[in-house]
Amino acid sequence: MGVLKILRAAASGDKQADRVVPPSGYTATLTGFSAAAMAFLAVFTLALALATGRLADRWSAELARTATVRISAPKGQMQAQTTAVLNVLKTTPGIKSARPLSDAEQRKLLAPWFGPDLPLDSLPIPRLIEVVEKDGGPDVEGLRLRLAAEAPGAIYDDHTRWRQPLVNAARRLRLLAGISMALIALATAAMITLAASAALAANATVISVLRLVGAKDTYIARAFVRRFTLRALGGAAVGTLLAMGAVLLLPSAAREGGFLTGLGFQGAEWILPLLIPFLAAFVSFWATRMAALRTLRGIS
Amino acid sequence: MIELASAAFTYGGGDILTDLNLSLPPGSFHFLTGPSGSGKTTLLRLCYMELLPTKGRVRVFKNDVAAMDRDQVALTRRRIGVVHQDCKFLDHLSVAENIALPLGVSGQNVTAQASNLIELLAWVGLEHHADALPQQLSGGERQRAALARAVIMSPDVIIADEPTGNIDWEMAIRLMQLLVELNRMGKTILIATHDLNLIRNVKAKTSARVLRLHNRHLQLAGADL
Repeated sequence: MGVLKILRAAASGDKQADRVVPPSGYTATLTGFSAAAMAFLAVFTLALALATGRLADRWSAELARTATVRISAPKGQMQAQTTAVLNVLKTTPGIKSARPLSDAEQRKLLAPWFGPDLPLDSLPIPRLIEVVEKDGGPDVEGLRLRLAAEAPGAIYDDHTRWRQPLVNAARRLRLLAGISMALIALATAAMITLAASAALAANATVISVLRLVGAKDTYIARAFVRRFTLRALGGAAVGTLLAMGAVLLLPSAAREGGFLTGLGFQGAEWILPLLIPFLAAFVSFWATRMAALRTLRGIS
Repeated sequence: MIELASAAFTYGGGDILTDLNLSLPPGSFHFLTGPSGSGKTTLLRLCYMELLPTKGRVRVFKNDVAAMDRDQVALTRRRIGVVHQDCKFLDHLSVAENIALPLGVSGQNVTAQASNLIELLAWVGLEHHADALPQQLSGGERQRAALARAVIMSPDVIIADEPTGNIDWEMAIRLMQLLVELNRMGKTILIATHDLNLIRNVKAKTSARVLRLHNRHLQLAGADL
């Protein structure tokens, strides 16, 4: 029997098959509660995965668009090298704009380390030029060679060394969120397998009567599978809706805000958590089916 | 229909049944008797494939039971109606639903078979108990409901394990009459019972043969019955 046929049979149901298994009491409540709790966690994990993805993209994009030229030269050559660098940058394809930072701006950058009264004139502070790149950016290697020729004290820093660890960290967070989702699915499968096994054990007499009157294993399994699948679907739907409501109530994502304010769904992303109940139902379907068929093989 | 060839069954290191040879031809009526613990139920379970012989061979409808897969066993059981002493009902289903259970498991539409079900309920005298739960029936009514469930698929063979064990004599005779009617319709009947009076009563109406389990072996009972 193909997967689609099995799923269709489970979804359409068989009232006669459903009736043969008596209501299974606490296992029903436990299955629904477990599915709801797992769906709740899954929604937050999904939100975390999407937020870290956005964060990685944002950090990557923002840092990729800017670069800095640092000029370390004797005091008498500083102005000449700054002018030469600006001329080089102006004529380099892929550079949108370049401007030297003012003394006040440089002082502000260094203030956290040296205090606000930094005597810039008496210290060999390098001159910084802020560069904004166009999409695609310049030919960095070519630019470095030209800078070396025109202004030997200039170093072009495209922030790769800052950007990469941040992007790596965000990617790892996203990977962890993915692993968490997989663990949630496995834990759901484990809990539903235990609940289904308990229900099967509690209904050993029913199963033995059904076998006696000629029921195939798939018929008996179907009654349990449909019941547990529907419970998981219902429980997960409740958990998902509650979690989506909680995510909705989180502070809105501001661009200048920290990471947590970006924990949520944006636009079409809101569709993704709605898939979680169906994923839970799918996991429940296979977990119960495997548990049922394994148990039934032990009954003559 | 059912054949046992040198079949034996061992459980927990001890022999329950040894070297059994039995053949149930179509339309035959057999009683299986013997003292309590002689292995009557075990022999019946071999016949309806709930147990496999530890030695020898059991063939049901010409198929070797040991070679059947689980689905084949299920399909073959639909051709065998079984009545147990304790009836084995699903207590949460009504009498009618319990009787219709074999129809449901074989994929037949129970609603479409409603008229057959009503006729069957009337045949066993339970037409007014269709919606009752099994635990609301008397012992005799339960046995007749179990018989109705056993025959609803129009099986070729009916096996009954002490079907009159929990009911009074009058009800037992009534139940046996139903089984005799089924035999006259061509069904093969095998009944395990230790009630010799009942066997004598039925033997007077049919050409039933009596098999006796003694010391783990099967014998044809003599004129003492």
